[in-house]
Amino acid sequence: MDTFNAIIQVLDSTIRLSVPLLLACLAGLYSERAGIFDIGLEGKMLVGAFAGASAAAVFHSALIGLGTAVLISVAFALVHGFASITHRGNQIVSGVAINFVAAGSTIILGQAWFSQGGRTPALQPGERFAAITWPGADAIKDVPIIGPIYAELISGHSILVYFAFAMVPFTWWVLFRTRFGLRMRAVGENPAAVDTAGISVAWLRYRALICTGILTGVAGAYLSMVQNGGFVKDMTAGKGYIALAALIFAKWKPVNAMFACLLFGFLDAAAIRLQGSPLPIIGKVPVQFMQALPYVLTVILLAGFIGKAIPPRAGGVPYVKER
Amino acid sequence: MSTPYAKLPAWADYGLIPLINLSVAFIVAGFVVMLVGENPFRAAVILVEGAFGKGTGIAFTLFYATTFIFTGLSVAVAAHCSLFNIGTEGQAYIGGLGIALVCLSLDSVMPWWVIFPIAIVAAAAFGALWGLIPAYLQAKRGSHIVITTIMFNFIAASVMVYLLVGPLKPAGSQAPQTRNFLAGAELPKLNWIIELFGAKIRSAPLNICFLLALVMAFLIWLLIWRTRLGYEMRTYGHSPKAARYAGISETRIIITAMMISGALAGMMALNPVMGDQHNVAIDFVSGAGYVGIAVALMGRLHPVGIVLAAILFGMLYQGGAELAFEMPAISRDMIVIIQGLVILFAGALEHMFRPYIQALFASVSPKSVGMQAVNGKGA
Repeated sequence: MDTFNAIIQVLDSTIRLSVPLLLACLAGLYSERAGIFDIGLEGKMLVGAFAGASAAAVFHSALIGLGTAVLISVAFALVHGFASITHRGNQIVSGVAINFVAAGSTIILGQAWFSQGGRTPALQPGERFAAITWPGADAIKDVPIIGPIYAELISGHSILVYFAFAMVPFTWWVLFRTRFGLRMRAVGENPAAVDTAGISVAWLRYRALICTGILTGVAGAYLSMVQNGGFVKDMTAGKGYIALAALIFAKWKPVNAMFACLLFGFLDAAAIRLQGSPLPIIGKVPVQFMQALPYVLTVILLAGFIGKAIPPRAGGVPYVKER
Repeated sequence: MSTPYAKLPAWADYGLIPLINLSVAFIVAGFVVMLVGENPFRAAVILVEGAFGKGTGIAFTLFYATTFIFTGLSVAVAAHCSLFNIGTEGQAYIGGLGIALVCLSLDSVMPWWVIFPIAIVAAAAFGALWGLIPAYLQAKRGSHIVITTIMFNFIAASVMVYLLVGPLKPAGSQAPQTRNFLAGAELPKLNWIIELFGAKIRSAPLNICFLLALVMAFLIWLLIWRTRLGYEMRTYGHSPKAARYAGISETRIIITAMMISGALAGMMALNPVMGDQHNVAIDFVSGAGYVGIAVALMGRLHPVGIVLAAILFGMLYQGGAELAFEMPAISRDMIVIIQGLVILFAGALEHMFRPYIQALFASVSPKSVGMQAVNGKGA
């Protein structure tokens, strides 16, 4: 029973840890499917986290916090669009720039506005998204096996967790069952064809980037308003890059993205849980190895040793209309 | 990167446009300073005074610049071959491992002038090896070098943390770093050069790595513009198809360029490790690899430009430290914003003001932009 409880706990924290990855990963999926590489996921999540926690603390409302997070994150996504779509700049350079501006400005502004060493004020219960307890969760909690699964794994998360997982089928639907999705995929593969059909490549890509901004904003809000009761400097700690890795791992498909993020979340949860205690067969595994595993796996995948990851064909190339 | 615009005179291309881009970056940074509630002009004065006002300030500025020359050159060499090496950070970190192994084993038996060349080779070799794997994967398996180098930064960080809290940490110590090196692994300071000009220096870490950085800048200039290898790299950078047609081996050129880039990144570690801290600590690179991207873009990938850009960033780092004393609201993270804005305006938005400048030149003197040749439509 102890093992079972331990497994439930690890799985529970797997879900919690994979939510920001999943949101960021789906965010990246929109922009990369539209042919815009986005290294700036990390930065957009960070500004989202900062804006969300600040607004929630100032206006005492979780919803206003979430709204502000999304707004600011979309604004940064539009800067990326302005540089890489309108001015046809290098998308990777632009993404790197966004990450730096985000890392620096969240600390400077946080210190200037709240003077708590780059933190935002600790959020009160009403300013955060509370956990939702599903009907009957308390009643069947003590039923063996099913009880803990229902009460711990399925019930008892914040609304943003359910939102993140709901975004998976939604994104699939948008991508593969709507006109917008078809055009978006087309613009990532062959923008000239889309242009010939009389559809604006730039506007399509901007819309994809807005979707990216919304999702990274929610991801940031989750970090600072659900997982943590406030913003801490540099709190994304490379999650944007892991999300990027997960996106490649998922071969730019929404359902795969969910499994990739759950896998990376599980590695993280297991690393925290084990903390250097020995495993049955393998023996003691250094924490750092577990932390590096997502990156190593991604490199191996990229090298083409586990299937082949083929990115959208027009990714990273600014579209120049023929004259 | 191809430019879909007509030509400008060289001085406008290499002087005016970068200057405009840079000014815009600083103006936006000025707005951030205002947002924080401080006077941007006073901040700029404190910053420049802190960097160049006293001998110690100059020495610190040049010390930071040394680091950025190495990382800037590293990014630039790869960029000439159209490879975006974001992995400079990780390559420098692993370069530090090479130095640590050399210094920890030799510092008690040899003087610095024997250890230094060995350490240079070790740092370069370790950095180059860390660049080799992504390069190989790009050349042979087509994995995108940007993604693999980012992954390798994280892998490098994990490896180094593992080594520094485990095998490399001296017994009985709590701090995650190697033991301090003995005198044999300490590089001589260069502060006397600044003192020749009459300035007083209390203690500053400026050391002979600065000269090494300048030599490397010259060698890279030779490599890129005066050797066959450099020509091949630039050819590949401009047009991989043309390079292939000319019989240049794609694999060889990608791997060579990335190994040189990695070697330069690894050599960056000499400056803080042997010149200043005399140990290898967790996160000693602290973002210098990323600063290299800004430095390389601002220096337009030319060694002279890179040295100048590195000195500018050295000034920002040193002056920024002074600024944090005077204006507590502005910490050193202000530099990170400026760095980001420079990358944005000098890199991603480098063509933003071009059409206006071109229109200006065209109205003053149509010949200067080659109007007749391209019918005024651009290429």
